[in-house]
Amino acid sequence: MEDERVFSDICGGRLALQRRHYSPSCREFCLSCPRLSLRSLTAVTCSVWLAAYALFTLFENSVILSAAIFITLLGLLGYLHFVKIDQETLLIIDSLGIQLTSSYASGKESTTFIEMGKVKDIIINEAIYMQKVIYYLCILLKDPLEPHGISQVVPVFQNAKPRLDCLIEVYRSCQEILAHRKATSTSP
Amino acid sequence: MVLKVFFPTCCTSAESGLLVGRWVPEQSSAVVLAVVHFPFIPIQVKELLARVQQAGRVGLAVLGTWCHCRLQEPEEGLGRFLEGLGAIFTHEPWLQLCRERGGSVWSCKALGWPMSPGAPSPAPVMLIFYDQRHVLLSQLHTPATLPDPQAGDAPPSVGGLAAVFDTVARSELLFRSDRFHEGPVQLSHWQSEGIEASILVELAKQASGPTCLMLSFLLSLLSAVGACRLFRLWPLPFICSKLSTCEQARHRLGHLTFLFSPRKAESPVQLMRKVNVFFSLLLDVALGLALLAWLRAENCIGQLADALVPVADCVAEELQHLLQWLMGAPAGLKMNRALDQVLGRFFLYHIHLWISYIHLMSPFVEGILWHVGLSACLGLTVALSLLSDIIALLTFHIYCFYVYGARLYCLKIHGLSSLWRLFRGKKWNVLRQRVDSCSYDLDQLFIGTLLFTILVFLLPTIALYYLVFTLLRLLVVAVQGSLHLLIDLINSLPLYSVGLRLCRPYRLAAGVKFRVLDHEAGKPLRLLMQMPPEQALSPS
Repeated sequence: MEDERVFSDICGGRLALQRRHYSPSCREFCLSCPRLSLRSLTAVTCSVWLAAYALFTLFENSVILSAAIFITLLGLLGYLHFVKIDQETLLIIDSLGIQLTSSYASGKESTTFIEMGKVKDIIINEAIYMQKVIYYLCILLKDPLEPHGISQVVPVFQNAKPRLDCLIEVYRSCQEILAHRKATSTSP
Repeated sequence: MVLKVFFPTCCTSAESGLLVGRWVPEQSSAVVLAVVHFPFIPIQVKELLARVQQAGRVGLAVLGTWCHCRLQEPEEGLGRFLEGLGAIFTHEPWLQLCRERGGSVWSCKALGWPMSPGAPSPAPVMLIFYDQRHVLLSQLHTPATLPDPQAGDAPPSVGGLAAVFDTVARSELLFRSDRFHEGPVQLSHWQSEGIEASILVELAKQASGPTCLMLSFLLSLLSAVGACRLFRLWPLPFICSKLSTCEQARHRLGHLTFLFSPRKAESPVQLMRKVNVFFSLLLDVALGLALLAWLRAENCIGQLADALVPVADCVAEELQHLLQWLMGAPAGLKMNRALDQVLGRFFLYHIHLWISYIHLMSPFVEGILWHVGLSACLGLTVALSLLSDIIALLTFHIYCFYVYGARLYCLKIHGLSSLWRLFRGKKWNVLRQRVDSCSYDLDQLFIGTLLFTILVFLLPTIALYYLVFTLLRLLVVAVQGSLHLLIDLINSLPLYSVGLRLCRPYRLAAGVKFRVLDHEAGKPLRLLMQMPPEQALSPS
């Protein structure tokens, strides 16, 4: 079962949330960030080229122009491979764990898997980000030494930064699965 | 609770048979290790399982049946036969995996599950496919989340996925049986290397033991010689601590001792460290031999030897020019003529001594350089450290000048600060380590102020000499520092780990990654477990 809804992030950009319901114990949430806009790409390229041309008229050295080409290309490749995140996915599998995937614009995927035994809870928390107060979803991990303590807080959807309405949807679905886990773990 | 079945990817196309593996009740997961094909004799299957259990201290059992058939022909006979097997090999829960031949429709039933009464039935089953080879080999480098298996008598309770990794690693004996070997029991699983076919590799393995013993004995002899009392007489340890060649030689000796120690590596991390050291030694020697070959080919040693004395002369001449410049009016500053002349003549005399020293050494230069080149056999790092030592020796006069300049400057600053305190009517209290007021006599004040004025006016001269020689010394230190950086890089570059990351990334697995395969309603959920390599460059 799959459905898609449109939300907005904290800056007003458009986010698409895809929810896939594979089974009662396995759900996937996929947030697609806004794509690289042609306008910003053109603006950056034009400014780099204007600066290079200004330097060229000053120094009369054509190496500056070739260097500008290389810088633009490498910068774009580096940005696509290391910085620009296209999609963030949260896969929650009951009794196995939670998997967080970020896929970059160049196709690279970076995955983190957290075992269910380590997960204490999934909550929505507030944080101060620059001049705003935002909500974010995070996973609380258990502390092995202290039974009621929290060892780590893992934020989810860090790059997409959706708003509260999107977070509530994800939170409700995750809590259903976690409640199911608690119900089955308490029974002998 | 959901029942998880870990199924190896190599068995997905195997013929029908029995599922053999381990049941982990705490995780309610079944780890399938192999499929036993028909025909088989139950007693022999049980014997095989007992043997593997004894070898790996892991509790194996027959978990269920695997049916790979065409759905159009139900094969009722096979079905009843499979059900009958449940009576011979009792296991709770009993799994019945079925796959349609040529299709992707899987069905899985678990009889006797869930254990607790009152829970809804049918219980959900999850199929997780894993690659046995990757899981077995990545066990060598388990990340922090999955602990290493302890070599104790009782296997410790490992949580979560670590149990799966643990099970696969301990059942290595099971993977050694060959698929094509006509034995009593036919298994389907990933095959490990088996018996080595090449006689050279076998010989190398057999010879490695005595070779290690002999080499470690020789190395212990060497280190005993190095530690003997003769080398503890005073000038030698001091000189040895200053020469980077001795340091590097000691470092390499330590590496060799670690590498050839007859004890086996205790943990995979130590094994990797040993192999890294081995490869760095190999690279070192290879680069050194390449350098040697290049020097021989271009006859560089002769050219270097011919060029060395003129270069040293040139450097000395430049220094003389510098001193003449300082003795005049450097950068338009007006120096104190008398002090300038004294210092300038003092340093010029030193340079004169130095030039005569270099000329004295010139016949031996070629021989020394030839021996340095020969030392490249021991490794490029040794040659580089020798080069760094030679640079230090050749620029010894710059070091001396720096020391003289620094001493003079230090004396001047101390004098100035003390007389400044006197000028203000204060004194340094040594007992209390602080500045106290003090009443001086008139003649003390008079002489103190005079001396203070003299020192203040001599300050620019000394400061300039100090600055110039410090900069020269910094230049030499920078050159030596970059050489040492290169040496450290060759010493500590983990080539084996880098190679593993490029060629066999699953061995450096950082964690696991799950992918949901095509899912249909009513069928069990299927996941694929992969082992992605560590992401060194991922921004957090």
